[in-house]
Amino acid sequence: MSIKVQNISKSYKNLKAVDSVSFEVKKGELFGLIGPDGAGKTTLFRILTTLLIADEGSAAIMGFDVVRDYKSIRSAVGYMPGKFSLYQDLTVEENLTFFATLFGTTIAENYELIKDIYIQIEPFKNRRAGALSGGMKQKLALCCALIHAPKVLFLDEPTTGVDPISRKEFWEMLKRLQQQDITILVSTPYMDEASLCDRIALIQHGVVLKIDSPENIIKNYDKTIYDVATKNTHSLIHDLKNYPSQYSVYAFGEFVHYTDQENNFDRKELEKYLKDKNHTDIKIKQAQIAIEDVFMDL
Amino acid sequence: MKTILFIVQKEFKQIFRDKNMLKLIFILPILQLLILSNAATFDVKNINITFVDNDQSSDSKNLIESFRASSYFKSTASFFSEKEAVEEMQKGNTDIIVNIPVHFNRDLQKQQKTSVSVTINAIDAATAGIENVYVTQIITTFNSKIQTESTYLSDLTEVQESLLVIPSFWYNKTLNYKTFMVPGILVLLVTMLTLFLSSMNIVKEKELGTLEQINVTPIKKHQFIIGKLFPFWILGLVILTVGLIIAKVVFNVPMLGNMLLVYLFTGVYLLLVLGIGLFISNHTDTQQQAMFIAWFFMVIFILMSGLFTPIESMPKWAQNSTLINPIRYFVEVMRMVMLKGSGFSDIIPQFVIISVYAILMNGLAVCSYKKTT
Repeated sequence: MSIKVQNISKSYKNLKAVDSVSFEVKKGELFGLIGPDGAGKTTLFRILTTLLIADEGSAAIMGFDVVRDYKSIRSAVGYMPGKFSLYQDLTVEENLTFFATLFGTTIAENYELIKDIYIQIEPFKNRRAGALSGGMKQKLALCCALIHAPKVLFLDEPTTGVDPISRKEFWEMLKRLQQQDITILVSTPYMDEASLCDRIALIQHGVVLKIDSPENIIKNYDKTIYDVATKNTHSLIHDLKNYPSQYSVYAFGEFVHYTDQENNFDRKELEKYLKDKNHTDIKIKQAQIAIEDVFMDL
Repeated sequence: MKTILFIVQKEFKQIFRDKNMLKLIFILPILQLLILSNAATFDVKNINITFVDNDQSSDSKNLIESFRASSYFKSTASFFSEKEAVEEMQKGNTDIIVNIPVHFNRDLQKQQKTSVSVTINAIDAATAGIENVYVTQIITTFNSKIQTESTYLSDLTEVQESLLVIPSFWYNKTLNYKTFMVPGILVLLVTMLTLFLSSMNIVKEKELGTLEQINVTPIKKHQFIIGKLFPFWILGLVILTVGLIIAKVVFNVPMLGNMLLVYLFTGVYLLLVLGIGLFISNHTDTQQQAMFIAWFFMVIFILMSGLFTPIESMPKWAQNSTLINPIRYFVEVMRMVMLKGSGFSDIIPQFVIISVYAILMNGLAVCSYKKTT
């Protein structure tokens, strides 16, 4: 086991940020912590990277206890905080050299590992980090977190505030790193990124709701969801919410996702109901279930 | 060691890249030294004085003339009624009213005795005290002149005994206040700059989030702290050097003692200041907070350092509280070494106190610095 978390709890004054969380991450696994802002993801990361001490429970990274063996952990893991935290007034190369030196290594020594990523920012290596674009900063931060060839990589919301193309590229990079036997724990508030992980933990209000592979989570979802669309989306949501047997209604892209309480739900009846409410262009079809749907139901 | 050097190198790079910071570090202290040293004087000059001459005699004119001859006084106007003069003081146009009574001349000649009323604006008590001394001096001089004259006139045979006091001022012969102030102001600048910069420095990394990134690296606490603070130790010594050069070239302040002694003391003193800076840094979350706390201590340290008000004239409890004020010792040592030419054996008490203080403060600061939050 690369990461083992057992009943970790942490409170800030009266707020329970992390409540008895347990999970395990296998070696070489890409594990995702999926949850909205304020779910306790960052707190969990800070505990695992030895920056914060948990109130209760224990955690181990590669067999090292996060409290007792924090020194061994610090030299073996890479951490990329959610907020860009490199020196804005140092150049790309200076930042990288700085972190390499702190870990007692050099850029040349682990160049192979970061090559794919570094090559993209190398043309700007004499530019100050503060003058880089969001995507570039992200790549530089990843390089800095990888410069000492860590066995476990912690990425706290690495794609927040990054454009869709850079996000896609970033996940491709993670997949490549995974092939080099690096265990990756990544957190994200984006549900669409969840399906890119090997396994995910859905977390909310400091509690882990579900842990499984994204496929299994979708497969095990027992309800049927329908895409509903009409001309007037706004009143559609309102009307669907007033439908007697409704279970849940929420906007999902261009459609409204509708779930019924009954197993023998008849879409004809719903169509008739909507027609009575003066909706036109009514479309109802079975929807592809996404992680977000599961999350909304939890 | 390599790590420390690398951090030092990184700090210097960051300092020299921040153009605004550079100006702050080098230009402002020089300006302050030049301006403050010229402005912060204890001499009271340009005192506005008003006369109410009710006598209009030759003696009263002589008395007024001797005030006018003094470079300290600036005679504004003469009035014939006290009421007008008081109005003038009310308006703030005059600081002193000298009221010469009727029959001043006659009484002086006949009875050898008369009185002059002097009214002093005492909103600023210290200034009023000094003004009183000036006025008394001039009147006393005038008086003795009259006495000699009248003695001669009345042809008295007995010789008047007179006691003459000739003061001699040591270590600052001409009573040049700049000689006294410049070393003190230099101390302030060195302390202020190093304290502000060091207290803001680590908290800046906290604010930017870089500290979190550093904390997950295997870097040791002492490596980081030394690496972060050493550049400011160097900077403090550089500022001291620049200040000393200005003191010598511009103000011609005497430097009697061994300057190496000043550097030795400053070296230890800066460790203490950096320790305080680190301590502030550890207990704050933003640069603003750090700056505010640093200012708070700085103002107390400055006002209780004996630089602007003599420690001897403070109440007993305040005198005792200055014992924990590092600036006090630095000011003392600077003045002793530069003006008096004191050697190492003379400054041992201050040296020991600052050394112990530095060890204590740094111990406290290092203990309160945690790599976990």
